[in-house]
Amino acid sequence: MTNAPHTAKRTVGWMGIHRGHKARPAEWLAEKLIFLVSLTAILMVFLIFVFVAREALPLVFGQMNSAAARPVIPAKEMGKLKPDELRDYLALTPEEFKRLDKEALTALMEVREEEGKEAPKDKDATVNTTEWKYLFAPHEWSDSRPEDRYVWQPIGRIHKYNLWPLIIGSLKTTIVALLFSVPLALAAAIYVSQLCRPSLKEWLKPAIELLSGVPSVVLGFFGLMVMATFLQGVLGYQSRLNAFVAGIALGLAVIPVVFSIAEDALTSVPRSYTQAALALGASKWQAAWQIVLPAAAPGVFAAVVLGFGRAIGETMVVLMASGNASIMSFSLFDSTRSITATIAAELAEAVFGGHHYRMLFLIGAMLFIVTFLTNLAGDLIMHRLKGRLEGKAK
Amino acid sequence: MAAISSSQVTLNTVKPTVGAGEPLITSEQVNLYYGTSHALKGISVTLGERHVTAFIGPSGCGKSTFLRCFNRMNDLIDSVRITGSIKIGGQDIYSKDVDVIELRKRIGMVFQKSNPFPKSIYENIAYGLKLHGMKAKSDLDSTVEQSLRGAALWEEVKDRLHTSAMGLSGGQQQRLCIARAIAIKPEILLMDEPASALDPIATAKIEELILELKKDFTIVIVTHNMQQAARISDYTAFFYLGELVEFDTTAKIFTNPSKRQTEDYVTGRFG
Amino acid sequence: MSTTTVKASRLDFRSRGFDFVSFAFTSLTGLATLFILGVLAIIIANVVWHGWSTFSWRFLTGSADQDMFDVNKAGVLPMVIGTALRVLVMTVFVVPVGVITAVYLTEYAQSTALTTRIIRGAVNNLAGVPSIVFGLFGLGFFISFIGRGIDGGAPEPHWGKPAILWASLTLSVMTLPLVIVATEESLRAITPGLREASLALGATKLETIIKIVVPEALPGILTGGILAVGRAGGEVAPILFTGAAYYMRDLPHSLTDQFMDLGYHVFILSTQSPDIEKTRPILFATVLALLLLTLSLNLVAVIVRARVRKKMRAGH
Repeated sequence: MTNAPHTAKRTVGWMGIHRGHKARPAEWLAEKLIFLVSLTAILMVFLIFVFVAREALPLVFGQMNSAAARPVIPAKEMGKLKPDELRDYLALTPEEFKRLDKEALTALMEVREEEGKEAPKDKDATVNTTEWKYLFAPHEWSDSRPEDRYVWQPIGRIHKYNLWPLIIGSLKTTIVALLFSVPLALAAAIYVSQLCRPSLKEWLKPAIELLSGVPSVVLGFFGLMVMATFLQGVLGYQSRLNAFVAGIALGLAVIPVVFSIAEDALTSVPRSYTQAALALGASKWQAAWQIVLPAAAPGVFAAVVLGFGRAIGETMVVLMASGNASIMSFSLFDSTRSITATIAAELAEAVFGGHHYRMLFLIGAMLFIVTFLTNLAGDLIMHRLKGRLEGKAK
Repeated sequence: MAAISSSQVTLNTVKPTVGAGEPLITSEQVNLYYGTSHALKGISVTLGERHVTAFIGPSGCGKSTFLRCFNRMNDLIDSVRITGSIKIGGQDIYSKDVDVIELRKRIGMVFQKSNPFPKSIYENIAYGLKLHGMKAKSDLDSTVEQSLRGAALWEEVKDRLHTSAMGLSGGQQQRLCIARAIAIKPEILLMDEPASALDPIATAKIEELILELKKDFTIVIVTHNMQQAARISDYTAFFYLGELVEFDTTAKIFTNPSKRQTEDYVTGRFG
Repeated sequence: MSTTTVKASRLDFRSRGFDFVSFAFTSLTGLATLFILGVLAIIIANVVWHGWSTFSWRFLTGSADQDMFDVNKAGVLPMVIGTALRVLVMTVFVVPVGVITAVYLTEYAQSTALTTRIIRGAVNNLAGVPSIVFGLFGLGFFISFIGRGIDGGAPEPHWGKPAILWASLTLSVMTLPLVIVATEESLRAITPGLREASLALGATKLETIIKIVVPEALPGILTGGILAVGRAGGEVAPILFTGAAYYMRDLPHSLTDQFMDLGYHVFILSTQSPDIEKTRPILFATVLALLLLTLSLNLVAVIVRARVRKKMRAGH
């Protein structure tokens, strides 16, 4: 026993110990608050989807009309229209419609009639280009060459919103990026986690992860100012900026993602497997290739999946190094434009709330869904791998 | 109090196999350092062929570390430095012309925690054989069967050779690891507390197996279980704080040790 | 003595031929590692080499109010201030939320509960949302919904336009996962014994967390904050529509002003310069400034994290 002075008052006694959470309301409240705050991440994912999709909703439900010329109803026939039809025709919100009296509505009808007289009369002009079929199906426009049946050209007399050039553009740069980065990153992950000396690993791992600290705008700059010229000199293709250059620069952004996840997966394979193989006389490479890699295969796959998500969602690199021409082409050496670069380049000049503006939100929402699914898949795979390895280790 | 007082210790009465006992492993003045800490201090010992030698001692005494010197598993740790010499069959295994892979192909090892590969039972054993260049299916099949029989596991798994080894019980997994180790027909079998994670029944099976295996193999086993050492080993080495305190026949160590520390340990006064 | 010779040959540990396959693949993977590090070194060396001569005190502290494309007059002070401001404001939002979430996940949540799994899933997912989508979100939610909502249909929007505040909020959503993950890691590194010791003295759970756990985890929280700042400092896509300005005569006065930004300026100088050859020196010097900022922050984070991990290994 120590001689600590017994200064504490003994008024509480043993009777006080039978008290539940109500005895400490502050503690209880704080706990609830902590829980609420921790829901922020869920709330944010939800809000991102809702507010990106919200701006695109009018397009999805076919409420937007981008046609340069629309059917005109003479002002005299206003009386024949039901209120709803009239409101739709004048493209007014219900509040606006309520505020306007009959005279104002007639005036609007007349303005529309005047506009109709000046509007172009050819068949393209009456097309609402925001309909789904014009987004995905080929269409021959009267003002462009017949072979240009897939066109993204939002500015101009007719707003052409075919999405294929952008989708192909995104896929081209993404595939180049993955073909370049995945072998390198996986090889490095195997080397760092299995083959090199542990003391070397302590240096190599952070050094490679430092690459993720290089901002994508700097990688884009590097692709644009340095790599483009260098690669053109070596390979001698036509346009200096193209899907290939952008893909390689993009690969530099993907390498740290694939490396970290793959390295993590390989390291999480119990050391005892490697030791058993080495004790049987396997070389370090044989143990890594024949035992560790198969055991970590799902994690390595997840690394590639998440690398894909990173590549297809990356903006600045592609915006700067791809040349930004929305050409429908499967060649890697043509100038190209991705979904992300399109949003970044065009949103500033799109009219707020207009169909172009909403179209950019629509492709943004599509991008979000694609990356959401890839992330979910990668996450599930990793979770199962960890569970399996931990379960097995027992 | 006399050392024999621990009456529950039943001594290994099996006589050393005839013809066994020629020196196989000789270590001279082995010192091992982890960075600056001195983990093994001048260990000199000679282990005989087809003997079972047990290494005992309190945890942290260096017995496992010394075991791992024989197949150079300590090489995997960066900061380890070794001086002195270890000769196996007259050959210094730390000399420059020794290929550590070749060394490990001739020395089997069983680990404390069973560590089958996440593959089928068959593949677990075939893996080592393939490393040794065995390719023909018929050779593989027969050797896999032979090793599983050798590890007293064949009857239990013969109908599910191609299912995952992870589905086996802990004791079965450990016997599979033994089968894997003996499949490559090593000269020496190193066992690092092979039964410490098992229940008494599985432990008994492993011990039975070790007594069977000593006919063909030289076995070095690390154990913290003194009864186990007494039951299965011919010779026992007692380690304490990185030093080899005493090495002698098991009977001598457990009945009439010459060092006070050994006596204290085997009678359970510390450790 | 035939048995002895047989035994001697079996116990011959000298190499039986060279294992070419293992050697080749070990070398290949080593070369891949070297290649990645080489590219990183080339990027840094290239930027330093071309940017060093222009990178001066005058350049760092000079304003851009005369001509931001003039090599002799242009400075990056407004961009440095803009970037610093948006990152600081972001930190104020993201660190408390991130730390509290991490505390919930490590100290309160049951790891198998559905809510916990959903929170973790959301955190991982947030980390994978494309940065341009964050930009759209900032515009659609913070500016259009919240900003215009505060304005309430006023003819001249005060809140409902791009501003430092909205850019920072957007970035804080983006960097939330970084802070959560780093904090969680350091909370898990604390030995359970410490918590138990505090609880056994009669401290409540909350007291234990505030007085013992969180102070002990400060290095990790710091790492998370630094990583978030390093990441957000270089991001351009999320601020394109939420606050970054192409050019501003004055420095921002309030959180509702727009700002010039270092990363965005790199983009402008590389793609919209009137004469790319003439402005090249400013471009490289600006990139150098940006790289110095982000890489040094990352380096600090790496060092702090290495120490946290060392402690964790020692603790367990």
